[in-house]
Amino acid sequence: MTMPMAGPSLRDLYRQTVLDHSRSPRNFRRLEHPDCLATGHNALCGDKVSVYLGLAGDRLEDVSYEASGCAICMASASLMSERVTGLSRPEASRAIDSFVARFDPGSMHDDDPADPLSALATVREYPSRIRCATLPWETLRAAISGEHGTVSTE
Amino acid sequence: MSIAARDVASASLLDVAAVRRDFPVLDQEINGHPLAYLDNAASYQRPTQVIDAIAHYYRHDHANVHRGVHTLSHRATEAYEGARDKVQRFINAQSRREIIFTRGTTESINLIAAALGSQLSAGDEVVITHLEHHSNIVPWQLLCESRGILLKVVPINSQGEIELDRYFDLLGPRTRLVSVAQVSNALGTVLPLQTIIAAARERDILVLVDGAQGIAHQPVDVQTLDCDFYAFSGHKMCGPTGIGVLYARESILQTLPPWQGGGDMIRTVSFSGSTWNDLPYRFEAGTPNIAGAIGLGAAIDYLENIGIQQIAEHERRLLEYGEAALADVPGLRIIGTAMEKVSVISFDIEGIHPHDLGTVLDHQGVAIRAGHHCAMPVMEFFGVAGTARASFAFYNTTGEIDQLRSAIDQAIVMFR
Ligand SMILES: Cc1ncc(COP(=O)(O)O)c(C=O)c1O
Repeated sequence: MTMPMAGPSLRDLYRQTVLDHSRSPRNFRRLEHPDCLATGHNALCGDKVSVYLGLAGDRLEDVSYEASGCAICMASASLMSERVTGLSRPEASRAIDSFVARFDPGSMHDDDPADPLSALATVREYPSRIRCATLPWETLRAAISGEHGTVSTE
Repeated sequence: MSIAARDVASASLLDVAAVRRDFPVLDQEINGHPLAYLDNAASYQRPTQVIDAIAHYYRHDHANVHRGVHTLSHRATEAYEGARDKVQRFINAQSRREIIFTRGTTESINLIAAALGSQLSAGDEVVITHLEHHSNIVPWQLLCESRGILLKVVPINSQGEIELDRYFDLLGPRTRLVSVAQVSNALGTVLPLQTIIAAARERDILVLVDGAQGIAHQPVDVQTLDCDFYAFSGHKMCGPTGIGVLYARESILQTLPPWQGGGDMIRTVSFSGSTWNDLPYRFEAGTPNIAGAIGLGAAIDYLENIGIQQIAEHERRLLEYGEAALADVPGLRIIGTAMEKVSVISFDIEGIHPHDLGTVLDHQGVAIRAGHHCAMPVMEFFGVAGTARASFAFYNTTGEIDQLRSAIDQAIVMFR
């Protein structure tokens, strides 16, 4: 018998915040006339996210999305929309970098408990699920850079 | 299965506990729970007998095949060619010249797509079904692009069975090949091969059977089936990865041009031209996967020793037990409810994404597959991005199905 590995608990992965945002995602809607939009796919599991941006000058005045995916992906998209609404493009880009960097191998990111995004921290322990968390953010990145295209996290 | 076969099988039930002792990988805990490996449609586990055969070969007999005059090369060649003989007997091919070792089902299908494809012209038609694995779709799509052939797809019904009437309608004067799965990996549907093949043969149309999901579940006799090509993978029948088989009817194989060029597939090489080796070597360029073939031979010995009929009977019971165990899960829908099925249960649960379910089940030691199962058209047909799939092998137990059920119950508590 191999020794059982002490892994993170499921309740750490699916924290209340994650479950709540996945059940009732915020800002989940299509913008009829977005200034920017992009669509992202995770070919492995079929997750799909479309991000719509309404700009006021350089600010992301309106951030919305449509998504079909797992709880991690849905919660990540919802939390993302709350985080980046009102930011300038460069600020949003930094927010994306910082979020994605959390999942870098060996990341030393300290997860501020006051930060709602920390609810996704445990995804780091599940390599096959990291793309579920980063897909909405990579899609946002494509939307901000004005590429009207499809991104893929594979 | 016929009633007679059932009676014979139930007379000598499989000793699952004994069988499980042959599979060291099954004896472990995952996340503090006993492993319940229910992802066999993706890949089987290997018994000690197969692992030992490969180790023995590398420890004692390894050399290149078909080349040396020395003892090890003789031994390696004998073991490799001995594996070919086992495959021939296992699927009852007429001749060992009809058994080509490949990397797996995918490569077997691509070999035919390339060799036969070079003889097709614009407007020729290949018929597949809506149930196919991507590996029996994409090679033909590539031929559509490169040679202008047309791909025709037999539709399915809401049970996940093919519509035979539509199949007959699709067979026309330009149909050159019918290429169909024996069993759908995504749903477990068993296709009516006899009817499919008979209709094609009547019209002199070649038939390729993708046996990846069929080979470990029922006895296969290519002469009775009367197909022209039969493809399968070692890793889906307790054998190694990276080894598979293409059976091809000799009379057809003689008419096909070589596929890959290199050593072993030639008789003579000169700059004014080369001549080809005999069958099957003409289609095996380069140093083959010798250890893989030997492992596959050991897997065949192992399965035959247990008895394919007994395997089929045990799996039939597991399927029945599994369907009953999942029947009253609130919000659970079984996708693929064909009359004829192997021990595969594809399902979705309202409000729980298959990937989340897969993660929660893994925490309970239960390994299932979540996703599109390399059969995206099937997922599209049922209007889902993916499903969860539990697939049972002869070494699985009803206890493991109970473990699956209780893990699903926990997932429901968590997500609702
Ligand atoms: C029906 C079917 N066909 C083909 C394949 C491809 O087999 P391999 O990946 O071993 O080449 C699979 C494997 O999942 C399968 O289930």
